[in-house]
Amino acid sequence: MIKLKINAVPVSVEEGSTILEAAQFLGFPIPTLCHVEGLSPYGACRLCVVEVGEGARSKLVSSCTYPVEEGLRVRTASARVVRARKMILELMLGSCPQSKIIQDLASAYEVRQQRFKQEYETCILCGLCARMCTEQMMAHAIGFQGRGDHRTLGTPFNIKSEKCRLCGGCIYICPACQLRCTYTQPEKAICGGCANLSPPCLEKPNFDDMMCYMSPCVACEIKKD
Amino acid sequence: MNPTSVLPIVEKYNNRRGSLISILEEIQSQYGYLPSEALQVVADRTGRSLVDIYGVATFYKAFRLKPRGKHLICTCLGTACHVRGGPSIAQEFEGQLGIKRTGETTPDKEFTLETVMCLGACALGPIVVADGHYFPNVTTSQVKTIIGRTREGLDKIEVQKDKRIFPVEVACPRCNHTLMDPDHLVDGHPSIRVTVSFGEEHGWLRLSSLYGSYTIETGSEIPMGTIAHFFCPHCHAELIGASNCMACEAPMVPMIVQGGAIVQICSRRGCRSHMLDLDATAVT
Ligand code: SF4
Ligand code: SF4
Ligand code: SF4
Ligand code: FES
Ligand code: FES
Repeated sequence: MIKLKINAVPVSVEEGSTILEAAQFLGFPIPTLCHVEGLSPYGACRLCVVEVGEGARSKLVSSCTYPVEEGLRVRTASARVVRARKMILELMLGSCPQSKIIQDLASAYEVRQQRFKQEYETCILCGLCARMCTEQMMAHAIGFQGRGDHRTLGTPFNIKSEKCRLCGGCIYICPACQLRCTYTQPEKAICGGCANLSPPCLEKPNFDDMMCYMSPCVACEIKKD
Repeated sequence: MNPTSVLPIVEKYNNRRGSLISILEEIQSQYGYLPSEALQVVADRTGRSLVDIYGVATFYKAFRLKPRGKHLICTCLGTACHVRGGPSIAQEFEGQLGIKRTGETTPDKEFTLETVMCLGACALGPIVVADGHYFPNVTTSQVKTIIGRTREGLDKIEVQKDKRIFPVEVACPRCNHTLMDPDHLVDGHPSIRVTVSFGEEHGWLRLSSLYGSYTIETGSEIPMGTIAHFFCPHCHAELIGASNCMACEAPMVPMIVQGGAIVQICSRRGCRSHMLDLDATAVT
């Protein structure tokens, strides 16, 4: 068993588990997008960032792929994490403003602006469809191809695949293909209709050590250790 | 393409982990591109899924899924060449060759047009590379000439006229006996005569004495790629120095040029590497 502290709460989990699993065990919420139980962790969306380590040497890692280490100190909602998470969501909103899942996540995590050009992409390259097809449907029909901004998902040579059984698993799992939100003001990614209440302390100075992870806010019960 | 012809390549790697890129490289060096049938064979034989292999093949720029044309023209679109008009050069090539997008090949399979991000010679930009020949400071009006010259073949050298080509007289670095044969002309100049051996074969070889010409005559044809051993026909010492070819690592063959320089040629048939070393001290 590996002992670590998440938000100052000690926990021991089995070797080889991820920070995400340990945090979920304790009940700390960490948003995820490209992580789905039953599919191998991939670390594509970075939404599950947490801060590991202390002080100047702390770093942001994706909790769904980071294996627990003995004595690790993890913070799941430090100011840095919250800032990074919001930025990630804002960027995702920019590329796929019509995804209801991203809209809802952005709304739940207090993203109140969208400063990037809206691309209306239909894919955020999370890789869920390819993993679904390979790991659950055992079809190996689709996968990543190309590189950089030419990276796409598809069948080899982009022709009808003999392996695909048209099971629909890929479409079911896709956060971008699902029911599109049509918002009331198309030029803005955030229509505000789904806005949530935000914990008030987020904007305050020295919030870093308070780490609000509660939604709605339950004040800062857990202090720094 | 006959799919069975890639089997030996796949089998050679014995399904070792991490061998996929080597397999694809070998297939490409055989066909000039990666035929889809070949990828299917690789998938079947290695037990990997075709989609993974396709992912690797499309990830690396070095792999091509379509055959390349006979000539490759590459325009630089790096920052420096970009600001000096690289994109309009590329456009001009696209227009004149009738290619819609860079990376494509003309229907007659003559030209493939590609772009590159900086060749490291930015001061000469915009640069165009055609079949390995560099054209600096290209303007749109030169595009037509470049295409024309490439079509004719840029490697063709007019031995008699080209001023980069001049005659040399060479001698054996050991016995200092001249290697020139004034009675037998190659390229219209006295030839250099040496004896060569490769594998079981043994014979004579005449080289053009024009520096920069690759004309040779042999008693028995040396297969391309073979490394031959060169000998002085007078003292029978092997002509071999300490250095290896920069291009293909085969040993270089040294000969003394009258006036004190040393000329070295690569011992591999087909390799065109050679150099003239003006302040070399004699090799032992
Ligand atoms: S529909 Fe086809 S591509 Fe999609 S998960 Fe099923 S088998 Fe794979
Ligand atoms: S198609 Fe959907 S599931 Fe697949 S990578 Fe793109 S966003 Fe993810
Ligand atoms: S309220 Fe607006 S942002 Fe939310 S789902 Fe509806 S249209 Fe989309
Ligand atoms: S959920 Fe961890 S990177 Fe996407
Ligand atoms: S930008 Fe063209 S050579 Fe550097």
